[in-house]
Amino acid sequence: MNATTETVEKRLTRMALVRKRFARNKLAVAGLVILVAMFVLAFVGPFFGKHSWDSLDFFSLLQPPSKEHFFGTSQIGGDVYALTLRGLQKSLIIGILVAIFSTGLAAIAGGFAGFYGGKVDRSVMWIIDALLVLPSFLIIAVMSPWFRGRTWLIFVVLLAAFGWMITARIVRSATMSLRERDFVRAAIYMGIPARKIVFRHLLPNVASILIIDATLNVGGTILSETGLSYLGFGVQPPDVSLGSLIAEGTASALTYPWLFMFAGAALVLTVLAVSFVGDGLRDAFDPGSAMGKKL
Amino acid sequence: MVIIASTLGYVLSSLAFNPRSNYEGGNPPIPESTIIAKLNHLGVNPDVPIVKRYATWVGNVVTGDFGLTIGEKSVNEEFSRRIWVSLRLLLLGSVLGSVLGVALGVFSAVRQYGIGDRASSVASFVFLSMPVFLVAILLKYGAISFNQKIGTTFFYTIGESSADFSGGSLELFVNRLQHLMLPTLSITLGGIAFYSRYQRNAMLDVLGSDFIRTAKAKGLTNRQSLFRHGLRVAILPMATFFAYSFGLLVTGAPFTESIFAWNGMGQWFITAVQSNDVNSVSAVIVFSAVLVLLSGLLADITVAALDPRVRLR
Repeated sequence: MNATTETVEKRLTRMALVRKRFARNKLAVAGLVILVAMFVLAFVGPFFGKHSWDSLDFFSLLQPPSKEHFFGTSQIGGDVYALTLRGLQKSLIIGILVAIFSTGLAAIAGGFAGFYGGKVDRSVMWIIDALLVLPSFLIIAVMSPWFRGRTWLIFVVLLAAFGWMITARIVRSATMSLRERDFVRAAIYMGIPARKIVFRHLLPNVASILIIDATLNVGGTILSETGLSYLGFGVQPPDVSLGSLIAEGTASALTYPWLFMFAGAALVLTVLAVSFVGDGLRDAFDPGSAMGKKL
Repeated sequence: MVIIASTLGYVLSSLAFNPRSNYEGGNPPIPESTIIAKLNHLGVNPDVPIVKRYATWVGNVVTGDFGLTIGEKSVNEEFSRRIWVSLRLLLLGSVLGSVLGVALGVFSAVRQYGIGDRASSVASFVFLSMPVFLVAILLKYGAISFNQKIGTTFFYTIGESSADFSGGSLELFVNRLQHLMLPTLSITLGGIAFYSRYQRNAMLDVLGSDFIRTAKAKGLTNRQSLFRHGLRVAILPMATFFAYSFGLLVTGAPFTESIFAWNGMGQWFITAVQSNDVNSVSAVIVFSAVLVLLSGLLADITVAALDPRVRLR
């Protein structure tokens, strides 16, 4: 009884400490605020617009921002406000899904490679090295005709498949040192199966690394997703993403800046906010680490 | 590595692409036998087993023949025409980006928390969060409005040289330079942002270390201890990043090239994917794999040249 309350208290203090450190970091808090605002804008904002993203207003083509159309209208009368929010939604969802998938994959691959060592480790590392040097961007672009007309979830899986390698390396080296610790040894000698040791004992101990990396991955993913969509190799029409919106808007950006300005601003703000939050989390979880100083 | 990349590139593009779509829907419709003959001629007939097609392709590539594009031109010719266009952009962009980035990083580490450091930190954060295409677009339209303001075309935003150009070699050089500036800048800015962040942190780590204190204690000037002892150590990780960032550049190039209408490898890749051109896509993937490999080699050599510990091994 006594022991449980103590551990609960300890955990609380650890989380409270992390929260305190995070709150002290002004940039990180600002990033979090922006990020929350972006989410609210993306998911609540559409209810305040007067038009839906896939309806066309044929009476106002290429109109500048007004009360009727907050961000103006496009060549074919689409409401840029609704389109931008729809794109923001898609980009955010893809970013988060890919981050979760790839970090999960990284945790499993890195955890097992680090725990088993030997053959498993070598083969996982070989895959990692091979994937790292492959021009993933080109490969995904090449596969784009294949997921045209299918669900965008395939796109998410592809992005995740090329995004887990560096995190897996970090997790691997962390588990390799954890493996020698007493509590893991004790678990091994008690005959607990490897799968359980990895999931119950090793991965929770690298949770902070995983959280940080998942956050930073969101930003990276959004960048590559919008890049691919910009070239037409990502999210496929009629659906929109920030990348495809920017691509459509740039043809006449000089005369009709509202076509891509808002999507561009939303994109930069989101990625910036994500990286601030990620850095803030890193500093908060592990203030003394060399990693905390990087970037 | 190159073999894996090229195999994957060829097999995936063969499976994903539908070269037949180039001939379908013509009016009047092209007879089926002609389509099949054409596809066979290009070596992309989907009815031939993939292994067989791949074997033929590899056999030709080994002898230095990348086959034909979908427009029935030689991929080799296209390749040799475009490769210099791209390399000019990539080499200049990456070298400028890394050198300026390292310089900026050292500067802001030495003046940590000064105005210059803060400004460059904010700027590099913004540029790191900005995709290449957005930087390029903003540069392009900024330049266009700049041109309109001063009344003459100072920055050229389309192509690598003016098509209707006439004049001596010096004027040609100037003309090319005017075309080169913006695309290079759009690649360089990202590079500067990337390198300056890492260099700043590496430099800060080194500046706090004991051997710098020793160097100062034995009477070296600030400048000597910084550049002879500090920079030499702090620059090591950058050489490794250079290899990785070259891979990033290869992906950045398609955006820059298509926005500024440079007929380089990246732009070729985009049009090739759009026109289901298996042979061209595979050629570009081989090219980028070779580039990444070469830059990795270059990075290893640089590290060995700078770091005596690596040389001893």
